[in-house]
Amino acid sequence: MQRLTGSQILCESLLKEGVDTIFGMPGGAIIPLYDTLFQYPFRHVLCRHEQGASHMADGYARITGKVGVCLGTSGPGATNLVTGIATAMMDSVPMVAITGQVPTYMIGKDAFQETDTTGITMPITKHNYLVMDVNDLARVIKEAFHIARTGRPGPVLIDIPKDVTTNTAVYEYPGRVHLPGFRPRMQGHTRQIRQAARLIESAKRPLIIAGHGVILSGAFSELRAFAEKTQVPVLTTLLGISAFPETHPLYLGWPGMHGMYYANMAISHTDCLIAIGMRMDDRVTGRLNAFAPHAQVIHIDIDPAELGKNVPAAVPIVGDAKHVLEALTDEVASGHHPDWMQTLAQWRIEHPSLALPEKPETMSSPWIVRELYHATEGKAVLVTDVGQAQMWAAQHYFFDRPNTHVTSGGLGPMGYALPAAIGVQIGKPEEEVWCVTGDGGFQMTLEELSILVEERLPVKIALFNNNFLGMVRQWQQLFFDKRYSGVKMWNPDFVKLGEAYSIPSMRVKDVDDVRRAIDWARDIDGPAMIEFVVEAEENVFPMVPPGASLQETIESAEDVAPKMQQVAVAAGSDAGGV
Amino acid sequence: MKHTLVALVENQPGVLQRVANLFSRRGFNIESLTVGHTETDRTSRMTIVIDGNKTQVEQVIKQLYKLIDVLRVSDVTDDRTVERELALIKVHSPSPATRIEIANLAEIFRGRLVDVATDAVIVEVTGDDEKVDTILGMLRPYGIKEMVRTGIISMVRGSQVTARSSDGRLPDAAG
Repeated sequence: MQRLTGSQILCESLLKEGVDTIFGMPGGAIIPLYDTLFQYPFRHVLCRHEQGASHMADGYARITGKVGVCLGTSGPGATNLVTGIATAMMDSVPMVAITGQVPTYMIGKDAFQETDTTGITMPITKHNYLVMDVNDLARVIKEAFHIARTGRPGPVLIDIPKDVTTNTAVYEYPGRVHLPGFRPRMQGHTRQIRQAARLIESAKRPLIIAGHGVILSGAFSELRAFAEKTQVPVLTTLLGISAFPETHPLYLGWPGMHGMYYANMAISHTDCLIAIGMRMDDRVTGRLNAFAPHAQVIHIDIDPAELGKNVPAAVPIVGDAKHVLEALTDEVASGHHPDWMQTLAQWRIEHPSLALPEKPETMSSPWIVRELYHATEGKAVLVTDVGQAQMWAAQHYFFDRPNTHVTSGGLGPMGYALPAAIGVQIGKPEEEVWCVTGDGGFQMTLEELSILVEERLPVKIALFNNNFLGMVRQWQQLFFDKRYSGVKMWNPDFVKLGEAYSIPSMRVKDVDDVRRAIDWARDIDGPAMIEFVVEAEENVFPMVPPGASLQETIESAEDVAPKMQQVAVAAGSDAGGV
Repeated sequence: MKHTLVALVENQPGVLQRVANLFSRRGFNIESLTVGHTETDRTSRMTIVIDGNKTQVEQVIKQLYKLIDVLRVSDVTDDRTVERELALIKVHSPSPATRIEIANLAEIFRGRLVDVATDAVIVEVTGDDEKVDTILGMLRPYGIKEMVRTGIISMVRGSQVTARSSDGRLPDAAG
């Protein structure tokens, strides 16, 4: 029988799993692995910081639907991966993170670059492994990929001590996994589906809210068929954006902290909320005890623990969005709700949350996003960072094509956009990929600019520079009497910085130059960066103040004081939201 | 309200840590947790006593099922069960007279002395936690020098097997 080293077993097994790209950085404990990796046909993308590698694998996984693979050495390599692993965990992204470990005989001795990687990552992985025997390696890899991509996806970490990568074992890749404790349910329960259909048919003001689960299960056409048959208006969550065409007549936007006024009102008035592949995050629900107060909730999710966790469900359905939507569409009768649609249309007219001037006088960020939408005809993939720019991109770009909006929702790690955009561009080379970021987030992972050049990736960067940590500044303005604590930023010359990386870069300070700059960047055959020097103290509206309910959506800074007083009275001890 | 859960888990390194982590991270309060081997090598069995309302306990069970190493979880609170805990209690006993008193007390509770020194004895007692609490109360006046309790283990009465007595909650609940 053929004996292979642990490193060879790993590489052979990755090939068997269909892995073509690995994002990582070598280090002491994985030098033998890198020596083997060199001899295999993988595309290895050399991150400049392992956080970058984990976000790259995340972006790659979200856009392709395949398992993203990142690789780091022991100790600091592993701890640097942590932010990206936690991001993937919160947003259900399929990922396998591989880390080197000190040799088995040194574990527990506080060796150089030793850290308890499985201990650290236990709460932020779907599962993890420390492989102490090379004979277990092939089975572990098989299980890791299966767990990462099956059911509710998530990150799985494999920690491999150095001697396990050099020891040899007979190699045979298992054909199947034996995991009696892991059997996700894909099909919805027939009785529950029937019950849901009856509830939808009898509802006067039904409403769909579609989350990331719809994108993860690829249920785009199923969602559309269901909504069109029942004529139920559709909201998405932030992570659900691009699960449903945003210019579709049934699309109503997204609710929550920076959602549209009419979307928040729709939730507050619906009598039947059909939640699909979403987990009732606090950014979506606002104050829980006032969320969807008139609704019977039909909650469809592949993870049973999400059903009833935050919001009680009248009809809980465990299953994959695609399967359940198919069955539900078959079961439910066609419907129409003209009065409800009329009410929603009226709210939209009276509170047009996304209305913008034809041309503003100052460098207004939402308007710049809208220009980007027009210039790209809505056909780009946007990868957004965390904060104000993220919210404006989600609000003012309209995503019609499935899975074209990539952002981190649960963890909210600043610095996500650039490395994730790299992963997205590598996963979909033919797409026009824009990295939408702010001066704060960009500076957290800008070291990955090298990758754009090294890997010849035509990612376009739209950098919204307001010389502030803008979202925190907005909160300080609205809720802390404008005490700007730790938010003002001195910044480098971003154009020179881009040029130092050989990336064509341009600064835009005038509204009249915005469109020209976008066209300039799009014409460049390769990466390009535009620094938009934007209005420094512009705010993201609408906004649901922390601790408030969706009914208490504010639409301008002037709304804050009176609304917040009501909120304080209404919320009582519950007002201390983050 | 107190709930007793019985969990069958894969006998893997780190499984106790995963369960304990889950409880602390989700803010669930463990009153007692015991773990030991079962009739097969591959699985261990945990008895977990937690305090919480119905919704909280349901959430605990669902979260436990999400752990890959967890095979089955049953809430046996409302089942007819045998519950047992073992306690070793070292009691101050300065004279032969008190030693006899303590031995008599222990006997009432079907306990016994398992170690004797000139000024102390160790009492061993087995029972549900109420019984252990009661004998502790009786021994306290003598002066308890130290005490250790194993935590509750639980088994459903009759011929049915505990970890399959769950109310229809099957392992397809795994996420």
